[in-house]
Amino acid sequence: MALSRLHPQHKKRLRSNIIIGGLLLGFVALVFGITVVKMSNGAMLEAFDHSYRISVTPAKDE
Amino acid sequence: MTDASITSSRYSTYNQPEFDDYFELLKPRVMSLVIFTASVGLFVAPNGVHPILAFASILFIAIGAGASGALNMWWDADIDSVMKRTSERPIPGGRVSPSEARNLGLWLSVFSVGMLAITANFLSAALLAFTIFFYAVVYTMLLKRWTPQNIVIGGAAGAFPPMIGWVAATGGVSVESVLMFALIFMWTPPHFWALALFMNDDYSKAGVPMLTVTHGKKSTRLHILIYSVLLAPLAMSLAFTEIGGPIYFLTALGLNGWFLLGAYRLFNSSEINAALQKYSREKTFFFFSIFYLFAHFMALLIEAFVDFKVINWPVFF
Repeated sequence: MALSRLHPQHKKRLRSNIIIGGLLLGFVALVFGITVVKMSNGAMLEAFDHSYRISVTPAKDE
Repeated sequence: MTDASITSSRYSTYNQPEFDDYFELLKPRVMSLVIFTASVGLFVAPNGVHPILAFASILFIAIGAGASGALNMWWDADIDSVMKRTSERPIPGGRVSPSEARNLGLWLSVFSVGMLAITANFLSAALLAFTIFFYAVVYTMLLKRWTPQNIVIGGAAGAFPPMIGWVAATGGVSVESVLMFALIFMWTPPHFWALALFMNDDYSKAGVPMLTVTHGKKSTRLHILIYSVLLAPLAMSLAFTEIGGPIYFLTALGLNGWFLLGAYRLFNSSEINAALQKYSREKTFFFFSIFYLFAHFMALLIEAFVDFKVINWPVFF
């Protein structure tokens, strides 16, 4: 039997797709939120960027 | 016609699985308990956690628990189909194929552990990985069909979530998290044995060596009493830690007294009387045991938000 446009299987699949889409969007928002919090707390702000890292540079005697 | 042909024909004709079927593989009721206990472990910790990090940590712990549930359903599909209580689960119900359940469990395990490591710390992620391994491999694959002590040792898997929540917040394991672990660990056997007393036929049919099947119901009732006696001091000792206090103490005192009384009554019940009363005492004890655990953790949560400065509460641990 050919599936018509209004076949219940389509509706079920659409519902699942909407839920999965919502979950993916939620995950993106959550990762963004985690990143913002981590950055605000100062995590990994000073990564290697081909220059001296201030925190590991010995302090100069005045 | 072999069992394999029945199984394959069932899966070849299964309807396209819906989202709800996959969600059911994650054992949502177990997940809700994990969410609750992990949340308590995280919120009673002495140092505050940012709400977004707390939410994300609890979410990934819950997904890890769900992943181990899916792996459990994949491995146990054969005995689930025999037991009345589990015969309508997605795999024996023919709605999801075993390989899909296995893949979902494996991928969600990797995802949850990795994300918890990023969100909280490596120790909590390692504990989550160990919990998934313990439940899926040690309990499900090794212990469950081998020894009547299956749920005693396997209970550790359900006891880890509050410790993981605590470690996610503090970065270390301390006496409070160990006692929260011990509370669930010691509570699990009497809880499940009470269930087995009135679900004995299911376990017999499936060939699962529950204590009721291997040692009989009289011995199971004795075991419930012994574990309840061992449980009480562990539950009470949490009152005298940094996270305990008078509310928890009074709650634990009342609940453990009631729990011990219930266990003693079960021990004194004869099998004939229990059958005549349709195992009403066993069912009451089983449902009370759920409330028992919930109330203990709820009391800890209240202690975390209510500060009793007027009482100089002793802390021994």
